Amino acid sequence: MGNRKVPGYNEFIKKVNFHREEKRRKAVKTKKKKIRIAHFLPIYAMILPGFLYLIINNYLPMFGIIIAFKRLDFRKGILFSDWAGLDNFKFLFASGNAFRMIRNTILYNVVFIILGIVMGVTTAILMNEVTSKGALKAYQTLILIPNLMSFVIINYLVYAFLAPDTGLVNNSILLKLGKAPISWYTNAKYWPFILTFVNMWQSIGFTTVIYYSSIIGISTDYYEAATLDGASKWQQITNITLPLLKPTIITLFILSLGRIFGSNFGLFYQVPRNQGMLYPTTQTIDVFVFNALMNNNDYSMSSAASVFQSVAGAITLISANALIRKVQPEDSLF
Amino acid sequence: MVQGKGMKVLANVILTIMAVIAILPIILLLIGSFTDNATALAEGFSYTPSKLSIEAYRYIVNAWSTVGRGYLNTILVTAVGTVVSLIVTAMFGYGITVKGLPGGRVITLMLVISMLFNGGIVAQYFVYTNIVNVKDSFFALIMPNFIMNAFNVILVSNYFRNNISGEILEAARIDGASEFRVFWKILLPLSVPILATIGIMTAIGYWNDWNNGLYYLSPRDGSKYYTIQLILNQIANQVQFLASEAAKMGVTLDTRSMPTTTVRMAIAFVGILPILIAYPFFQKYFVKGISVGGVKG
Repeated sequence: MGNRKVPGYNEFIKKVNFHREEKRRKAVKTKKKKIRIAHFLPIYAMILPGFLYLIINNYLPMFGIIIAFKRLDFRKGILFSDWAGLDNFKFLFASGNAFRMIRNTILYNVVFIILGIVMGVTTAILMNEVTSKGALKAYQTLILIPNLMSFVIINYLVYAFLAPDTGLVNNSILLKLGKAPISWYTNAKYWPFILTFVNMWQSIGFTTVIYYSSIIGISTDYYEAATLDGASKWQQITNITLPLLKPTIITLFILSLGRIFGSNFGLFYQVPRNQGMLYPTTQTIDVFVFNALMNNNDYSMSSAASVFQSVAGAITLISANALIRKVQPEDSLF
Repeated sequence: MVQGKGMKVLANVILTIMAVIAILPIILLLIGSFTDNATALAEGFSYTPSKLSIEAYRYIVNAWSTVGRGYLNTILVTAVGTVVSLIVTAMFGYGITVKGLPGGRVITLMLVISMLFNGGIVAQYFVYTNIVNVKDSFFALIMPNFIMNAFNVILVSNYFRNNISGEILEAARIDGASEFRVFWKILLPLSVPILATIGIMTAIGYWNDWNNGLYYLSPRDGSKYYTIQLILNQIANQVQFLASEAAKMGVTLDTRSMPTTTVRMAIAFVGILPILIAYPFFQKYFVKGISVGGVKG
């Protein structure tokens, strides 16, 4: 009788044991976790400075987007200013500035993207034809020099050519040809060409190096076989080089599509010397935001334009990436 | 074969023309800086000015209190900024390669997200003027945008993963080396190629930067931190800045005798000279930086 177990005794013992085991395991686990965290402490310490920087430089500004939806009042502070809803955006798009600067930004980007690919690929292919190592290095070195110049310096370079009174073009070319000097810095119609030229001058070395490094990665076996088969240079370029360069071209193309709402602030602010008369063809979103913020203290307009730019930019980047994932999954960014 | 030869000649001709176009403006800048000021005003800048002069450079020597300080600021910003940036980037890049780090994935994700979204210039301006106030200080030139970016972090951490064997690091740990020691004494020395590449790109970025100063240094209170780029930006429209800055430091410059047109060219040339001189030495890393950075940069 005494041996007879209470009904459910076994189950009870099992449960108790299970609980004990669980408790023990948990204790070990927390201890292990503590050890693990302690073990990783130096790693966290190494990550910390960069992490803080990421928060300050990248994440806090993401929350700063709310400025665009506020009627900013410095006595109340950013957080406690009144909400403005979409008013700031309405003002911006009603002002007529918005259309012009978005048009300029996109059109310049389209031209720069197309010319960049055409000229970059062509130059890289030409570079690949150069057999002398010394010449190759010289070309590469020289066409990269503009890329080392800041746009402040480039402003001076362009001004030396185009200044109305002391510029080389007016004095040494137009006057000598018997033509009237041109006031370059007050005539907006010339600037699409000037800015495109300056942009290509500055960036062509950079683009060429990217495509060239991709071309020299192509195995020489292809070319040797093609030469044996009697293929001409031109046939080799169209049948070997270009097809094998396609992935790089597409990747760069889609990435620049993703940046179509951005503009090189230096090019559009420095080179036209921020002249108001040139704005119809030189003002991009970045130039507008700078002037509205720093010269007019217009927080509503500048923040609306700036938020429009970053949201539109994020959307195009994500769509561009979706596109790349479809075309070349291995080259997608994320 | 003949066709191949024709192609080669064509390539050399076109590339020569491109190389010449690339440097012609810089040569005009150099000649312009040595042109007599009155000549420049009368006949404009030209590759063959009728009268040369070194008055612009003489004026820079007189105005050295301003120009020299700008130079010193540029050198300081570039040196401090590049070193800090490399250390922060390498430590962060190492951290996210450590296997089994609790929270490591979240941190990596945050890094990737920072490549896709940004709050825009206005929001960043508010952060750097209200929350972490760098306005009119040396930090204005160092902090915003340059210290760490996701792309460089990914470059270094890929390098750590692919080029440095975990066994070496593990062996050092077993021998009792601390994580910091492993990082400083083993990892960094083994990563010189990648550090040199991103270091050169960062240094050029700092040397050429004028954006940060434009936003965060006011001409009134922040001008003592002006780098050579910011001085050039200021005198593009207002060459008197040289004299007014000198006056702040108690130096009187004669503004009437200033060769206003050519002195700008001279300062611009002085500003790019160090890069041009150093270029042959860092060219290798620069080209590498472009080819690794270009595609995903």
